[in-house]
Amino acid sequence: MSKMILTTEGDKHILVTRRFAASPEAVYRAHTEPQLVQKWLLGPEGWTMPVCVTDAQPGGKIRYEWTDGKGRGFHVTGEYLELEPYSRIVHVERMHLPDPTPDNHVETRFDPDGTGTLMTMRMTLPDSQTRAAMLATGMEHGMEASYARLEKII
Amino acid sequence: MPNLDASFSALADPTRRTILARLALGEATVRELAEPFEMTQPAISQHLKVLEKAGLILRRVDGTRRPRRLAKEGIEAMDQWLATLRKALEKNYNRLDEVLAAMEPEKGRKTR
Repeated sequence: MSKMILTTEGDKHILVTRRFAASPEAVYRAHTEPQLVQKWLLGPEGWTMPVCVTDAQPGGKIRYEWTDGKGRGFHVTGEYLELEPYSRIVHVERMHLPDPTPDNHVETRFDPDGTGTLMTMRMTLPDSQTRAAMLATGMEHGMEASYARLEKII
Repeated sequence: MPNLDASFSALADPTRRTILARLALGEATVRELAEPFEMTQPAISQHLKVLEKAGLILRRVDGTRRPRRLAKEGIEAMDQWLATLRKALEKNYNRLDEVLAAMEPEKGRKTR
C-alpha cells in the first residue's frame, strides 16, 4: 500500500507526497470534479461534504462544506490560480472556523510514475507561526517513521 | 483544557523547541536550560514564560530554584490533535484509491 509522506521545507512550506495506482488524468479529475471530490475529501469517519463547488478555471471559486450530521461543521473557501490539465493545479484556500485562517497557497502536481501517478502537494503558509499551527514535533516524528518504512520497502 | 493555538505558536520558535527537547529528558533549572544557548538567562526566562502560558511546561518551587518540566496534559492534547489530522488526511487518500479504482475499470488491460 502506498504511504503518504508529509514533510516541511524551509520556514513556510509543507510537502505531501502520495502515489496512486491510476493515471495523472484520473487523479487530476478526482481533485477537480465535484461529484468525485465529494467521495473522498471527507476527513474523519462519519463526515460528509454536502456542498462542493469547484469552478476549475483561473479565478474560479472553491467552496467545500463539511458536516458530521450532528450539527457540527466548517467550510473552506478558495480560488483557483492556475490549471494545467492533467499535471498541475495552483490554488489558495482558507478554513472558516468560523473566523478565516490565513491563506494557504497550494501547488499540486500529478506526475506519471510507472503505471501510476506521483502526487506532490506543496503548501505555502504566510509565516512560520501559521505553519506551526498545522504541524509540530509529533508529526515530524511520524514523518521519520514513514521514511524509515519507505527505505525498508526500497 | 490547554489552548492549542498557543501551544502550536509556542512551537514556532527553534529555541523553544530545543528547550522542550531538553525537558523531555527530565526536569531542568533555568541555568541548565540556558547553557546550550548563547543567550542570557532573562532571554531564556522569556521563552519559558511563553511555553508555560501555552500549557506546555510546569514550574516547581524548590527553595530559590524554579525547575521546569514538561506538562504532560498540554503535550498530549497537541499530540492527539496532530494524530487526528494526519489520520484524516491518510483516510482521505485511502478513499481516493477506491474512487480511482472505480474510475478506471479498464486498468490492467492497458499494460504493454
